[in-house]
Amino acid sequence: MSAFLSVLLDGVASGMLLFVLAVGLSVTLGLMNVVNLAHGAFGMVGGYVCVVLLNQAGIPFLPAVAAAALAAAALGWVLERTLYVRIYRSDHLEQVLFSIGLVFVLGAVVDWFMGARQQLIQLPGWLSGRVEFAGVGLGRYRIFLILLCGAVVAALHFGLVRTRFGARLRAAVDDGVVARGMGLPVPRIFTLTFTLGSGLAGLGGALGVEVLGLDPTFPLKYMVYFLIVVAVGGTNTVIGPFLAALLLGVVDVLGKYYVPEVGAFVIYTAMVVLLLLRPQGLLRKAA
Amino acid sequence: MSALSTHGLTRRFGGFVAVDGVDFTLAEGARHALIGPNGAGKTTFVNLLSGALPASGGTLSLFGEDITALPQHQRVRRGLARTFQVNQLFPELTPLEAVTMALAEREGAGATWWRPLRGMGPLREEAVQLLDTLRFDAADRGRLTSGLPYGRQRLLEIALALALRPRVLLLDEPAAGVPPAESREVMQAIAALPADVAVLLIEHDMDLVFRFAQRITVLAQGAVLAEGTPEEIARDPRVREAYLGEPAHG
Amino acid sequence: MRASDRRRAEGPEAPSTGGVNRPRPTRQLLEALPWLAAVGAYFAFPEYLPLLSGIAIAALFALSLDLIVGYAGVVTLGHAAFFGLGAYTAGLLAQQGWGEPISGLLAAGAAAALLGLLTAPLVLRAGELAGLMVTLGLSLMLYEAANKAAFVTGGADGLQGVEVWPLLGAFRFDLFGRTAYLYSLAVLFLLFVLARLLVASPFGLSLRGIRGNARRAAALGVPVKARLSAAYAIAAGYAGIAGALLAQTTQFVSLDALSFQRSAEGLLMLVLGGLGSLHGALLGAAAFTVAHHALSEASPQFWQFWLGIALVALALAGRGGIMGLLRRLGRGRG
Repeated sequence: MSAFLSVLLDGVASGMLLFVLAVGLSVTLGLMNVVNLAHGAFGMVGGYVCVVLLNQAGIPFLPAVAAAALAAAALGWVLERTLYVRIYRSDHLEQVLFSIGLVFVLGAVVDWFMGARQQLIQLPGWLSGRVEFAGVGLGRYRIFLILLCGAVVAALHFGLVRTRFGARLRAAVDDGVVARGMGLPVPRIFTLTFTLGSGLAGLGGALGVEVLGLDPTFPLKYMVYFLIVVAVGGTNTVIGPFLAALLLGVVDVLGKYYVPEVGAFVIYTAMVVLLLLRPQGLLRKAA
Repeated sequence: MSALSTHGLTRRFGGFVAVDGVDFTLAEGARHALIGPNGAGKTTFVNLLSGALPASGGTLSLFGEDITALPQHQRVRRGLARTFQVNQLFPELTPLEAVTMALAEREGAGATWWRPLRGMGPLREEAVQLLDTLRFDAADRGRLTSGLPYGRQRLLEIALALALRPRVLLLDEPAAGVPPAESREVMQAIAALPADVAVLLIEHDMDLVFRFAQRITVLAQGAVLAEGTPEEIARDPRVREAYLGEPAHG
Repeated sequence: MRASDRRRAEGPEAPSTGGVNRPRPTRQLLEALPWLAAVGAYFAFPEYLPLLSGIAIAALFALSLDLIVGYAGVVTLGHAAFFGLGAYTAGLLAQQGWGEPISGLLAAGAAAALLGLLTAPLVLRAGELAGLMVTLGLSLMLYEAANKAAFVTGGADGLQGVEVWPLLGAFRFDLFGRTAYLYSLAVLFLLFVLARLLVASPFGLSLRGIRGNARRAAALGVPVKARLSAAYAIAAGYAGIAGALLAQTTQFVSLDALSFQRSAEGLLMLVLGGLGSLHGALLGAAAFTVAHHALSEASPQFWQFWLGIALVALALAGRGGIMGLLRRLGRGRG
């Protein structure tokens, strides 16, 4: 029983990480209708920045994570302004080629400097080990992840629903032409959103080194997971993708723990089935 | 027997009823016009007839055969063709290729993969002939559609429908957006349609409607407001109010 | 459609009823050129025959993608599923004691085409973006299934013990790859000729019509889904045969045959050569494979880096690939 609870906690934590990693994609893919297979690359960059700062520069964990998020956001901003902005109007094939190319380039650069091996980090003492709770040992880092990511979810939810920027974003993606006609700076809204999404991916990548692992294949390995979160969760709310990510994380971790011989097959099958059952999740806008 | 008839034809989009229980009959060889203010549901109605949209309710029959459940291409095979209000053409094909494609489908040869088109002389000849009657010269025929002037593109819209040799033809605002200099050609093409084809014309241009139609149906808010001869419709106070926006006594 | 705007400038290469203006003998010579070069390469580069076989197989895979992506306009991220299924079908047949190559090839093509026919409704049903994800999901499912079914496929170690009989009972698959190359080239040539017939037929015209404007095609009586399903199955069969060629000529099948990387590389070859032009698929595959060979000798990261740069550049600036470039040059001259 206590083993089960511990695995479940693992699943919840990795689900929340997946959400933070993928939420930016739900805007680019789901709302802006851009097939961005490179979203995971921002997570990878965040992860590596965190690893380098921690292991080589000796910077403490929390500042390193924050710096990783900022670095990924900065990269997202630069790429959006210089490259992504040119493919918003391209067809899907060109978007696919472009974003796969980006993944290859970033992967090759990372591989060149850091090697192909899995990266490891040493968590600070206050985040390592377990706490006893009602007779069950729970990992401190997992609890930390759940609290932090939960705060991100809440902030995004209220940001989207309550703030002026949230209202503008919803207007811009709902009908770009009308929003432009109303004088909204649509390109700037997209840039800011893309930057925010990249930064969150960087945050997720940095926090996830310990949970999801980190090597140059990270963006491709988790691409399907991100796509599932967007496809299943829909794009109109923060809560939809959040629940989808949570479910995915739990199913994935339980599956790997209890039925390892099936592997990722279940996840891929679930993706196809869900796409067929409710294509409106991500495709309402695309149709 | 009627060429085309609907009974209680309905289409809903969510809570909005775009076409609301329309009973409509198109006689064989008719010259019939469908008019109505913007948003009356005319284009939705045409989409229901052609099968581009499935109906939410009601039935639809073509020469007595119930076609409510048939997909679009099957309706085309039974002789129901349409044109589009906004050009729906093939930018990368030449007019000759596009018309040949329509002819090949009509002849049931669309899935033929073992013979090159070049070897199918009769299809090509018929395509040339058809385009010829609409005054497409050799240069126009062989040019990519995307490079044709707008008026030519409107004519190609009609040519594609004619290539199917339809028994019922739905023309959705064929003269929309055509500059006056070229609109005469479109009018002539419409006037020259074979007499045995039943034609339903959806149109805003009242001159064209009254010159062309023997019968007029007025659609308003998704339902039939009035139907009759052009004279009856011109006199009908409800039509003047709803459609022309004039007070009933005007 | 935006896709069509892009390609409009180049126009399709298929012989059109609209008339082709180049003088006939020149055109025929140009068309014979790649094949003459391919046969010439057999004598000129005897030490590079395995690489040349690789080009022929890659070209067949790119050709297959061209039929479905370039002509029919259905974008797929999972075409490796068919390549891999063909490879495993031919490989397993040979491993289990039936090493006759030509029947193995046909079986592989049939299996892949059948899978294409079965999955086409799923891909076409979901709509463009979701369809793209479905192709990806299906290919990953197959990859994972092959990975986990190690008792059949050998899993990550690959399928060992593939023994292919001599071709036509007479030509052994030799160490230098002579038979392998001529065999691959002959299969490629036959399927290329068939593909030319397909794209020049009413069937091919209707595919180009659907790509240009599916809505109007349906209004002209084209059964859009049935036509696309047929094209998808044919392309799948082509890919399956390409995979089978790889299995038979290398006498080995690895999970790479099913990988996402392979799907992506196929798309790159296609776009590099020029979408919707059968010769472009050949050229793109050749350019890609040679570059791969040359650059990965330096280092794998180096290759991956430049591959990525090429993809980004093509997506941002590519207009018709190599074929588009050649056509523009030709036009500039005339």
